Amino acid sequence: MMDNKMICVDGFENVVEGGETTGFAFLGRLPYYRGLGLSMIEDIAVTVDGEAVARGDVRFTVHGNTYTLDQMETVYDDRWNFGEKATIGVVRAGGLTPGKHRIEFAVRMRVSYLPFVPTTKDVKELDLAA
Amino acid sequence: MAEIKRGVSLYSFQNDTFTGKMSLEDCIRTCAEFGARGIEVIGEQTFWGWPEVGVDHAKVEEWHRLLKQYDCVPVAHDFMLDYKRYKGREMPFEEQVASVRKDVDFAALLGVKYIRALVSIAPEVLVAAAPYAEEKGIKILIEVHAPLHFDHPWIVRHADAFEKSGSDALGFLPDMGMFLFRFPRVWKAKFERIGVPKNISDYIVKAYEDRVLSEYVILNVREMGGQGPAIAMAETLRHNAAFEPKRMLDYMPRIHNIHGKFYEMDADLTEPSIPYDDIVHVLEKGGYDGYICSEYEGNRWVEDVEEPDSVEQVRRHQEMLKRLIGQPTPAALAA
Repeated sequence: MMDNKMICVDGFENVVEGGETTGFAFLGRLPYYRGLGLSMIEDIAVTVDGEAVARGDVRFTVHGNTYTLDQMETVYDDRWNFGEKATIGVVRAGGLTPGKHRIEFAVRMRVSYLPFVPTTKDVKELDLAA
Repeated sequence: MAEIKRGVSLYSFQNDTFTGKMSLEDCIRTCAEFGARGIEVIGEQTFWGWPEVGVDHAKVEEWHRLLKQYDCVPVAHDFMLDYKRYKGREMPFEEQVASVRKDVDFAALLGVKYIRALVSIAPEVLVAAAPYAEEKGIKILIEVHAPLHFDHPWIVRHADAFEKSGSDALGFLPDMGMFLFRFPRVWKAKFERIGVPKNISDYIVKAYEDRVLSEYVILNVREMGGQGPAIAMAETLRHNAAFEPKRMLDYMPRIHNIHGKFYEMDADLTEPSIPYDDIVHVLEKGGYDGYICSEYEGNRWVEDVEEPDSVEQVRRHQEMLKRLIGQPTPAALAA
């Protein structure tokens, strides 16, 4: 559910730290009718222009806190709320070139009451401003 | 005779609240306009931060202000109890019980009388939390939801545990989806969009009407050449077995809230796949005087091709309930 609302069209940009472009980021929402504690986010898979991003290069930011996916597995005091836009970052020296990029964003979550572990995915073409 | 009351679960408006198109005030005002005075929430959907972080007190104040302003009644908080919070190990029993107690406190803060427990929660956890709920004047209701039903051993186990506990703070919240009696059109259309050939989808719909055992239907679909989505469509029959609304009658003293699940309301104000006329007559026969809270779940079946019109769908469902509640029982159903 909410598949086509996962990737937000606003907030797609390169990440610049200390004058250097270290990666890029977009805003993503949890495809669910409620929120989840971060420990229950099993995986976030990002693909850019057909190229899969390594799990270790994904960063997740909410409420001013940035986590790696491995760190999130033991975060019990922070949440990705219903409809809340989190910043999904990708470490990539030089970031992306201005213009259109095809972003795939998949979230796998551990849901207590479901007899399976769902993965939900969205694909959008986003425009990176020059 | 006491009448069945009408309410809405804000679950119904999830596509609109997700994007911020509808605020909490929009939701409550909309329900009030439909004469649906009972409001049910999934606590953590409506109140950011619940349960791990906690809730901003101003949001709780806003909730109470809006209920008062629109003359609505807080009915239920649906809690989740994430017993898989820790990777690779289940939450320990005592921690689960403590978590339910926390939701009892949150329910008291919201002013609701009922909290909804998901059906996968063990009866022992609820029984252990019952004394605390009693103290706070809250009832814990387990949601009886397809594929489970009132004759399933898991539900029978809950019922036995509730009786043995002697607590009246434990009960049931039946979801009307378990009484599905025709294959929903929005399901069929979605399965066709993801590639199920029409001859197969037509066959599954007919086989469901004929109440053919799901395992036979799955095999037949496979033999018709069905793969992937066709098998998935046939497998929905495993989880939706057209149980009879009258099965609720044995449990009436413990039924305190109802999820008025629906997938699609017609312009002529009927739900073609769920027998609401029969359901309302059974509830009236059982002396039910709690709320039926509309729970629109067609959203996830149509959102790939259109923005769900949740408000109009809920309006139609409420109009239908208005028409059905308090009507004399037709002779055919009176026996």
